[in-house]
Amino acid sequence: MSTTLDRLHRGQTATVTALELEGAERRRLMDMGLLVGTTVSVDRVSPLGDPTAYRVRGGLLVLRRGQAHQIHVALLGGDPT
Amino acid sequence: MTAADSSAGTSPACGDCVLNNVSNLRELGVSPAGHDIVAAVAGNPNTGKSTVFNALTGLRRHVGNWSGKTVDRAEGGFEYRRRRYKLVDLPGTHSLLSTSHDEDIARDFLLFGRPDTTVVVVDATRLERDLNLVLQILQITDRVVCALNLVDEAERNGLAVDSRHLARELGVPVVPMVARRGTGMTELLEAVEQVVSGAITTRGKRVQHRDNRLEQAVSRLSEQLEREFPGVANTRWIALRLLEADPRVERAVADGTLGELSTAATLAAPPGGNTT
Amino acid sequence: MNRSTILDEAARLRAELDDDFRDGIVESLYAESSRITSTTLSHRDTPARTTWDKLLDRALTHRVWGFVVMGVLLFGVFWFTIAGAAAPSGLLSTLLVEHGHGWLTRLVSPLHVPEWLTGLLLDGVYLSTAWVVAVMLPPMAIFFPLFTILEDFGYLPRVAFNLDRLFAGSGAHGKQALSMMMGYGCNAAGVTATRIIDSRRERLIAVITNNFSICNGRWPVLILMGTVFLGKLVPPAFAGLVAAGSVVTVAFLGVLVTLLVSWGLSKTVLRGETSVYSLELPPYRPPRIWWTLYTSLIDRTLKVLRRAVTMAAPAGAAIWVISNVTITETSLAGHLAALLAPLGWLMGLNGIILLAYVVAIPANEIIIPTILMLTLTLGPGLFAADSGVLLELGAAETRTVLVRAGGWTLLTAVNLMLFTLLHNPCGTTILTIWHETRSVKWTTVATLLPVGLGIVVTSLTAAVARSAGWV
Repeated sequence: MSTTLDRLHRGQTATVTALELEGAERRRLMDMGLLVGTTVSVDRVSPLGDPTAYRVRGGLLVLRRGQAHQIHVALLGGDPT
Repeated sequence: MTAADSSAGTSPACGDCVLNNVSNLRELGVSPAGHDIVAAVAGNPNTGKSTVFNALTGLRRHVGNWSGKTVDRAEGGFEYRRRRYKLVDLPGTHSLLSTSHDEDIARDFLLFGRPDTTVVVVDATRLERDLNLVLQILQITDRVVCALNLVDEAERNGLAVDSRHLARELGVPVVPMVARRGTGMTELLEAVEQVVSGAITTRGKRVQHRDNRLEQAVSRLSEQLEREFPGVANTRWIALRLLEADPRVERAVADGTLGELSTAATLAAPPGGNTT
Repeated sequence: MNRSTILDEAARLRAELDDDFRDGIVESLYAESSRITSTTLSHRDTPARTTWDKLLDRALTHRVWGFVVMGVLLFGVFWFTIAGAAAPSGLLSTLLVEHGHGWLTRLVSPLHVPEWLTGLLLDGVYLSTAWVVAVMLPPMAIFFPLFTILEDFGYLPRVAFNLDRLFAGSGAHGKQALSMMMGYGCNAAGVTATRIIDSRRERLIAVITNNFSICNGRWPVLILMGTVFLGKLVPPAFAGLVAAGSVVTVAFLGVLVTLLVSWGLSKTVLRGETSVYSLELPPYRPPRIWWTLYTSLIDRTLKVLRRAVTMAAPAGAAIWVISNVTITETSLAGHLAALLAPLGWLMGLNGIILLAYVVAIPANEIIIPTILMLTLTLGPGLFAADSGVLLELGAAETRTVLVRAGGWTLLTAVNLMLFTLLHNPCGTTILTIWHETRSVKWTTVATLLPVGLGIVVTSLTAAVARSAGWV
């Protein structure tokens, strides 16, 4: 199922299919390991609803909703933890 | 002897001669006046990079638990086996490719500061992400020791790291350690000493680009650079920077200062020769 | 083959490559990292992240508990700092200000040093430096280690994570919450702490607004005004509560102003400059208490203190000079206070307070002793006092001096509290802002914006209070 990263729920895991971000922002997120093909799962949502911490290559990367919305993913299936 | 078969100070044969030998280390603190060797410490943020730096120099410099805290370059010194080292703490960065100020400092120092050796601190619990930086540094310099820090945390997280295999893959010594407890410091010093003295010949892994046209462009430019600047070790990386129109590297090519880098790899013979 | 042809060749080859060849470089690197990792790491059956870390995160970023814990921890840090610093501050003050000054005076008296020189050095430079050390050293020696322990543990990035939405709404970075908190200890330290924000635009916002976090040098002014003026409005049983409440209100106003000014800046002068948001939550690491105590004392406390002292010493000299140099039978201080009096009246303050703020730019810590000293020497002579000598008085005497010699009202006290929040950063902080931004423009903005706000706000409250006939 294809969607954007901001639409995932806690515990869900997905694979990045496209990055709509441009310029410095795209480069930084790629440097931090967020690339097409990378597996991402939702770890925690901030208590105020935004931003969200994602598990990327063993680290916890925090993205605001606007950024996550520009990252297209394919859902891999839920992880109930 | 190559890094692959020795794994530096981690092999038992070599470990004997350095264990319980920390008296060889003399901390020189803040004023590394007059030094034989320049060593850089690089790594991702939050890898314990500054703990390694502090342990080596005895310089009590605090750095916080998030990225970008060390903006200024910190320097300290120590003496080990009759060599005086100047140690330079580079800012923690995820990469040397993008455009942040921290990355410029780290990149410029590795390229133009010509450290005799670079210790790259890696968080064993986040190996995949941190190796990205190691592989980038290996494109600039071969003279690298990989400090595999936080192996206790990795253990706690149910991860076992095969450091010998990692050393074979990277082509440089890999020293497993727990910097905050001082575990592995002696082995790290010994590995640094061996890289500096030439007891270990490192052959750093060079990543091939998957894009064929890019690979061809890099090879082609790299050949031209080698002809123009014979002896410069990292022509592939410089070629890549030129393709990305990096102004700093373009300037170094245009004014010929790149040629001076060829002297960086040469090193005076160690006093008293190799101790092992 | 020469150098320029290499550059031409690079340009030609670049044109042939796909636009996204940079993506390819990072992808190749990560593909290799991934391959090496998969052959190097072996997982055992335990989960990739310890349950301990997960549990901690669940509590510390919980919808309710996250904020409760945050409140308790931060309140605890401040409470420890303020309560714990009181006794050592008093001790240092007795030792350095009372005994030290007397001892030094006796020491130099047989040397027949000219009076103006002992006045300048002992009453001016020494006393103000001693004041700054007594007021600043104990709270910083407590605040910085506590803060550093939270930092080492990995908690502070969680605070940024919890509060990010508030800052996002005003166009700022969640990490600004952290530089703000450092600012509650010392604004110079807070400005340095903005280094954790890696995008220039958000970092500038954090630098400019850091002054709205009330620092150690300013807490005493608020506490004193709250105690001797606002606390006196209610029966003694409630005095402490009202005093504390008034201080907290001003601190809360500071947070509000921070968010409003951040929003204003991001909609006006700092609009359009692109920025990259990134924040990482590092794994929790057990803090090393003793190491932390040692490093934060050496690295933070002493560094900030040294800068403050180098600023306070010349300020002390300036205070002594303006109080003792007389032109046409009035001291320079008297002339200056008269000059500032009209603006002071407009702002519901007075000329002496403004003069004290001008000479105390280098170090806010000496505001209260400067005001007291100037009020005593320039006032109607009801109390005997040496001019240019900073002194310490108890709360009751302070009120008597200010009301009887200075003609202070409730409006003066309230507006002084507001002006304490909204005025230019101290000299140390201004210097730090310049060091961090290397920009005259932004240093000027960061200096003048708060004081401009202060003038507007206090003038408004004064006008309202006067037209309503409250004063």
